[in-house]
Amino acid sequence: MRYNRNGETSRSAPQLEKSPTGVTGFDEVTNGGLPKGRPSIVCGGPGCGKTMFALEFLVRGATEFNEPGVLMTFEETADEMTKNVASLGFDLKDLAAKKKLVMDYVRIEPSEIQETGEYDLEGLFIRLQHAVDSIGAKRVVLDTLEAVFSGFSNTGMLRAEIRRLFRWLKDRGLTAVVTAEKGEGALTRYGLEEYVSDCVIFLDHRINEQLSTRRMRIVKYRGSSHGTNEYPFLIDESGFSVLPSTSMRLDHVVSTERISSGVKDLDAMLEGEGFYKGSSVMVTGTAGSGKTSLAAHFADQVCRDGKSCLYVAFEESPAQMTRNMLSIGIDLDKHIKKGLLHFEAWRPTQSGLEMHLLNVHKLVERYKPDAVVIDPITNLMTGNANEVHSMLMRLMDFLKGRQVTSYFTTLTNGGQAIEQTEVGVSSLVDTWILLRDIELNGERNRCLYLLKSRGMAHSNQVREFVMTKNGVVLLPAYVGSGTVLTGSARLAQEARERAEESSRAFETDQRRRELQRKREALESQIALLRSQFAEEEDRFSRLIQKDEECERRLAEDEAAMEKLRKVDSSGNGRTMSAGSGS
Amino acid sequence: MKSGRNGLSKHKKANSREREQFFDLRLYVAGQTPKSLAALTNLKKICTNHLDGQYRLHVIDLLQTPQLAQGDQILAIPTLVRKLPQPIRKIIGDLSDTERVLVGLNVRQNAEIK
Repeated sequence: MRYNRNGETSRSAPQLEKSPTGVTGFDEVTNGGLPKGRPSIVCGGPGCGKTMFALEFLVRGATEFNEPGVLMTFEETADEMTKNVASLGFDLKDLAAKKKLVMDYVRIEPSEIQETGEYDLEGLFIRLQHAVDSIGAKRVVLDTLEAVFSGFSNTGMLRAEIRRLFRWLKDRGLTAVVTAEKGEGALTRYGLEEYVSDCVIFLDHRINEQLSTRRMRIVKYRGSSHGTNEYPFLIDESGFSVLPSTSMRLDHVVSTERISSGVKDLDAMLEGEGFYKGSSVMVTGTAGSGKTSLAAHFADQVCRDGKSCLYVAFEESPAQMTRNMLSIGIDLDKHIKKGLLHFEAWRPTQSGLEMHLLNVHKLVERYKPDAVVIDPITNLMTGNANEVHSMLMRLMDFLKGRQVTSYFTTLTNGGQAIEQTEVGVSSLVDTWILLRDIELNGERNRCLYLLKSRGMAHSNQVREFVMTKNGVVLLPAYVGSGTVLTGSARLAQEARERAEESSRAFETDQRRRELQRKREALESQIALLRSQFAEEEDRFSRLIQKDEECERRLAEDEAAMEKLRKVDSSGNGRTMSAGSGS
Repeated sequence: MKSGRNGLSKHKKANSREREQFFDLRLYVAGQTPKSLAALTNLKKICTNHLDGQYRLHVIDLLQTPQLAQGDQILAIPTLVRKLPQPIRKIIGDLSDTERVLVGLNVRQNAEIK
C-alpha cells in the first residue's frame, strides 16, 4: 500500500538516514523507517506485537532490502520462533539456510547459575559479534533483552553492560530493534528507554467494547519528523500493518471523467452525466428508503460499463442481495460470474474498525476495482464516533488517492435531523444523496434529493423515488401549496389536472370553431358586397360608354350634313346646318 | 584450550575421593582481561585444594572461538561450566569467593567431611 508521504518532499535539509522496515504503513508514518545504524526500542505490554514487529523488520530486511539480520531471542527458542511466525508466511529456516538470517537463542536459567565475584556480559557481545560477522548482518533484533535482568542479580553491572551494548550496536552501524516489556508508570520495566535516545515506539493492545484494537505510537524519534498520533495497526496473515491515520495533505488527483449513477433520472439531476470519477458519494436515508437498491443500481452500472466494482455488504449476504435485486430488475449474479463484481459480506461486529479498514484496503489491493460500495457504513458504529470518523476519513482518502469512486450508504434514525449523519462524515463526501420518506394520506412514499454535489450544477428538485420492476425511477414530485405531493395524492392531483386540462382544451376548441364561423360569415358578406359593387361598376361603365357613343354619332351626323349641303364657308351655311341638326 | 590433570593429590584424601565423580570443567574467558585472569588463578587454586586430581579443565577463549559460546549458553564472562557430573552447573564471576564456588560445584559438603 502506498500512502501520500507527508513532508518528504517539503524538506530540503539532509535528513537522518533511515532504514526501511518494510512494515506496511510504518515507513509512511516515520517518513522512511527506523534510524539507520542505531538501536530503537519497541515496547509494550504482553501480546502487543513487539516480537512480530521486530521479526517483520528482520524478515523484510532480508528479503526486500538485502540486509541480512541477526535475531537474538531470550525467551523463545529458534524453533518456537520459526513455528510462531510460519503462519504469517515467514520462513525463518529458509532464510537461515540462505544466510540471510541468524537465530541465536540465549537461554537464561537462573537456577543453574551461581554468582561469585565480578563478571560482565562479554559473552553476549561475542555471540552477537560472531552472528553478525557470519552473514554480514546489517540488522539486529534483541527480543527481549530485559530477560537478562531475571538471570543476573548485579543490576548495576547489567545497566552498564546494556549501555555498552547500545553503544556497541551504534558503533558498528547496526540498525537494531530491542523489544521491552511495558513497565509500571514507565515505558519499559527496566527503564531501557533511557539508554536509547533515538527512537522509541510504543505498542498498545486494548479492548474496547469487546473488540480489540491495536495502537502504535512513536514516543520519540530524534532527528526526524514523524507522525505523533496513535496509529492503529493490525497483525494478520500477512504480518504487521500500520494505518497512517490520514494523509495530512489534501492533494488527490482529480478527474473530470464522469461515472453514471445507474439511474437515468438521477444522472439527469447531476448535469445529465453522473458522479465524478474518484469522488465519494453518500446515500443517506431511513430504514427501507431504498439505499441498497440505489447502490445496486450503481454497482450494476459500473459493471455494465465493463469496469469492476467491489461491494462490501454489512447487512445482507451476497445470495440474498442478488435475489432481492432481481425484484427490481437488476441481475447482479451475471456480473459476479463475469468477475466484474466482487461481493464481500461480513458482520461489522466481527472485528474492530481497523480490521474492517484493512480488509477493505486489502480487497482494493487485490481486485483493483474502479468503484467501491460500502453498504452501510452505519453498521461500523461499534466503536466511538471519533474512531469511526477517522477510519472513514482514512478510507475515503485511500480510495480517493487511488481514483476509486466510493459509494457509501448511511442509515439515519427516523427521529433525527436527516441532514445530520450519525458518523458525521457528510463534510467528507462530495455528493450527498438524501432519501426520505414522506407520510401523507395514510401512505409512505420515498423522495430523493441531492443535498450537495461538489463541482457541478446539480438539480435542486425533490423527486419521487419509485421502485419498479425495471429498476428505480425518479418522478417529478408535485409541488403545490407548500407541500410536496407524492404517491396517490400526487396521482389524484395529476388526475385533477388532467381533467382541467381536457376541459380547457374543449373550450379552446369551441372558441376556435366560433372564430372560424365568424370568419366565414364575414367573408361571405365581403363576397356579397364585392358582387354588388361589380354589378354597379358594370352598369356605370355601360352608361358611360353609351354617352360616349352618342357624342361620337352626333359629331358624325353633323359632318355628314355639312357634306350634303355643300355649304360654303360662310356663316350662313353654318347656321343652316345648325338649324337642321336641332 | 588448556587441559590437564592435577596429580598433586594427597594420599589420605584419595580414598574418600574414590567415591567422587569426575569433574569436567570448562572455563570460558574472553581474552586476557583482569577478571578472566583472576578467575583462572582462583579456579586453579580451588581445583588444587579441593578436587584432588579428579577433574579436567578446559579454558576456552571466546575471542578465538566465539562459536563455542552458543553451545553452553555463555552470556557472562567469565563463566565456569561444570559439564560433569550432571546436571550442568554454571558459576559466573571471577571465582573469588571460594565457598560459593564449592557450593556451586557441589563439592563443599565433601570438603567439610574431611
